[in-house]
Amino acid sequence: MSYQNFTEVSELTSKNVHVKIGEMKGNTSLISNLEVSVGKVVDSSWTEPMGPTPMPSLSTLRDWDLRLLERYKPFYMPDCDLCCLCTFGKCDLTAGKRGACGLDIAAQSSRIVLIACCIGAATHTAHSRHMLHHLIEKYGRRYPLDVGGLNIKVEAPVTRLVTGIRPETLGDLEDVLAYAEEQITQAVAVAHTGQEGNHLDFESKAFHVGMIDHVGMEVGDIAQTSTFGFPKAEPEAPLVSLGIGTVDTSKPVIMCIGHNVVPSVGIIDYAKESKVDDKIEVVGLCCTAHDITRYYNRGRIIGPISWQLRFLRSGFADVIVLDEQCVRTDISDEASRLLVPVIAASEKNCMGFKNRTNDPSDEIVADLVSGKVPGVLILDPEKVGEVAVKAAQKVAPIRRKFNNLPEPEEIKTLAKSCRQCNLCQRSCPQDLKLPRAMKAAAGGSLSELEDLYEYCIGCGRCEEACPEKLDLHSFIVKAGWKHMTEETNNCRCGRGAVQDVEIRNVGSPIVLGEIPGILAVVGCSNYPKGGKDVYDICREFANRRYIVAVSGCSAMSAGSYRNSEGKTLYEEFSGAFEAGGVLNVGSCVANSHIAGAAIKVANIFAKRSLRGNYEEIADYIYNRLGAVGLAWGAYSQKAAAIAAGFWRLGVPVIVGPHGSKYRRMLLGREDKPEDWEVYDARTGNKVNVGPAPEHLFQTVETPQEAKVAIAKLCIRPNDTWKGRSIKLSHYIDLSKRLYGVMPQDVHLFVRTLADVPMTMKDEITKLLNEKGWKETVIPDPTLLPRMIRKIKE
Amino acid sequence: MSCEPWQCAEIAATKKANLIQKPEIVVAMIKRAERPILVVGSYAVERYMEGRQLIDYLIDFARASKVPIVATAHMVGEFLKRGYEPAGFMSAMDIGNRLVDPEWQGLDGKGPYDLALFVGMPYYMEGLIICGLKHFAPNLRTITLDNLFHPHASWSFPNATLEEWAGNLKVMTSKFEGGQ
Repeated sequence: MSYQNFTEVSELTSKNVHVKIGEMKGNTSLISNLEVSVGKVVDSSWTEPMGPTPMPSLSTLRDWDLRLLERYKPFYMPDCDLCCLCTFGKCDLTAGKRGACGLDIAAQSSRIVLIACCIGAATHTAHSRHMLHHLIEKYGRRYPLDVGGLNIKVEAPVTRLVTGIRPETLGDLEDVLAYAEEQITQAVAVAHTGQEGNHLDFESKAFHVGMIDHVGMEVGDIAQTSTFGFPKAEPEAPLVSLGIGTVDTSKPVIMCIGHNVVPSVGIIDYAKESKVDDKIEVVGLCCTAHDITRYYNRGRIIGPISWQLRFLRSGFADVIVLDEQCVRTDISDEASRLLVPVIAASEKNCMGFKNRTNDPSDEIVADLVSGKVPGVLILDPEKVGEVAVKAAQKVAPIRRKFNNLPEPEEIKTLAKSCRQCNLCQRSCPQDLKLPRAMKAAAGGSLSELEDLYEYCIGCGRCEEACPEKLDLHSFIVKAGWKHMTEETNNCRCGRGAVQDVEIRNVGSPIVLGEIPGILAVVGCSNYPKGGKDVYDICREFANRRYIVAVSGCSAMSAGSYRNSEGKTLYEEFSGAFEAGGVLNVGSCVANSHIAGAAIKVANIFAKRSLRGNYEEIADYIYNRLGAVGLAWGAYSQKAAAIAAGFWRLGVPVIVGPHGSKYRRMLLGREDKPEDWEVYDARTGNKVNVGPAPEHLFQTVETPQEAKVAIAKLCIRPNDTWKGRSIKLSHYIDLSKRLYGVMPQDVHLFVRTLADVPMTMKDEITKLLNEKGWKETVIPDPTLLPRMIRKIKE
Repeated sequence: MSCEPWQCAEIAATKKANLIQKPEIVVAMIKRAERPILVVGSYAVERYMEGRQLIDYLIDFARASKVPIVATAHMVGEFLKRGYEPAGFMSAMDIGNRLVDPEWQGLDGKGPYDLALFVGMPYYMEGLIICGLKHFAPNLRTITLDNLFHPHASWSFPNATLEEWAGNLKVMTSKFEGGQ
């Protein structure tokens, strides 16, 4: 018997055994092109023992959730008094009434939270699945994962923790996603009428699906980082252009909107292959922008999600390519008014266009350029690339950056038809004083409209409400034209994961509290008063030597302002995971690296076993790691799911005022001392550790409040006296500066007099005496009885 | 004056706010209440009427009516700057969360509140908190002192101009002993 072209035999240690035989000759037979896949083999090379909860199902971690929910009880703000999800309804659930199915308003509110988290988790996971399909088709299942070369051994901390799988190849990620998809399906089923009936169980399932969301995100980002050559955990990832003013509008401009970079990669690759990459501009909006610049150093980030209309109406885009998520669903109407062809590139988002995937590219280009069709659906990313580049080159000279923004004099004339009915303001999520601005415009001044530019979130609801059909958003954009075209800033290219060595360097000072905290500023741009608040908050805490991690639209807003020396945040601070660093991890799916960094502190620094060991790691993070998430402009279901993943991991999340519309907070009660006991793992004694952290999910009203809350929520039971003293000094200093008072709950955070910041000793000692403070011990804190090393007799 | 929700889509179902047609109604309700409290949000320093900030009207009102104030967000410092010490300060979510707790004995430990007045928060946020109270605090009546109609409150002023708002606040203040 002889063997020829025995081309592929995967190692027996991998999960799938795949044998491919090119040709095998025996005495009596000839076998050619035989492929055999044999089941799954457990990875025996990973010596870390399997923990208690690999691939948890809906109720596996319920006890952990209920522990947290006992401390952080939901405060429901229903937003809608009705349930209209089944044909028994509408049911009025006001003030204790139950619906036809028996559900009350608390359960209904938590059900809506669960549904939101399911939508978010499904969206990230479906995005990752779609991308993985594509990448496996292109690179093969055995393509190795690499998110940081030798700097990263724990390549997928969330996945390892949740599933017990150590993925090594793209193919391994399929198993991970299959688990995530099953869990999401189970969780969605929970929301059906006549299933779950208890609000805390709905909450637990929201936590579960949030955890799954982080798995889905991690899969997506490590797959794209490994294959597309994105920065691999690089602290000094390059600075990339940010802002409408950075776009060379003399060139054809392809505007990509969404989150899935695969079609954008098709565009960039085609442009490079055709040697026209220096003749066109490829710009991105929302998270796909981050990933464009991670792939292509000449890509540009226009800005956050809220800038879609303003960029489009300004006429700079010559072709629009839509992938998925956070895309304006009326973009084809908007684009057709400006003669801009649209290419929809995702099955999730077909926009009513005809599927032209199998048509010749030049035919599609001709139809788009002639205006015969306003847009097309193309589900082949390489064809998207060819069509977009060719169409942009042909459309640009025809369009000549046509825009339909009114000229200033026209605005002044049109403003005279304003009835001052207030419907625009009453429809504006920001309550912007449009009627007053219109009155001023009618009187000849556009300055009030110009002032609205920074605060407008670009939703266009004002125009929908206007009985005179005035294009109010366009008025704002035109009035703010100078600001818009002068936006020439920069953003640190998304670096991806955090290196293991970075974790080793900061693990000790974080856990002991000497680095006062990790602040993750993430999420969308539904800001109450523009993006400057995000910049200010990041800068405040970077200056205070917190580690500041950013992602998504928040990372863009953080880079959109400059200090007195003219430097952006990314020029002022390092991109490392270190005290005073401001690191941009990347797009939405890269948020998993922030959770991953927290998990890696427990694993790499504290040597806690990771594999399928969720509860212990979450308990560690909750009690020891002063990490806080801030989603100042969160708007989406994805943001809800991301937050839920952090809650289960024991990381508090703060949202800006619009975040109250998530309609449920998870609030602790610092006035209830009985709520704040933990076990001392050394002795088994119960120790009161105070409200640390006080809340798990909280809406704040102002940036001042956000800053104080961030400092406070970084306090953890495990802080050493030195660490606690540092954290208290930040909390007190911010309270005094922004609230004008000494916080009245300081005594709850002082365990021994050594915790008191030296410079504030007299003042705090006086307060302690007034409050009848008593010294207590610093425990080895845990919420889990099984972690107690010595059970008390 | 209109009693449509200020934000057009903010629609309540079967339990909607009663309209406060004149400020004396609020005064009567406060006088009848055993334990009223006034929650003041961050717009107290962003709303100007007749050259004064909302917070100044509210301090006059609180001094005259003796209704204790809880300042939300960073408002405590603004009150202190003006020589008025609020009874407490905490986040808007925290005060909402405490008000739905029938066991909470209030800022002074003397018992649950039976009337909560709200003013000066972002409209949607205030509306959500009031909605939470509508559903989960059956023994608490809520009133908004804003010039924007809040359908989830027990009682709300209609949408009104700044001049009308200032007038209402002044009338309310004047109806208490010592009020101007």
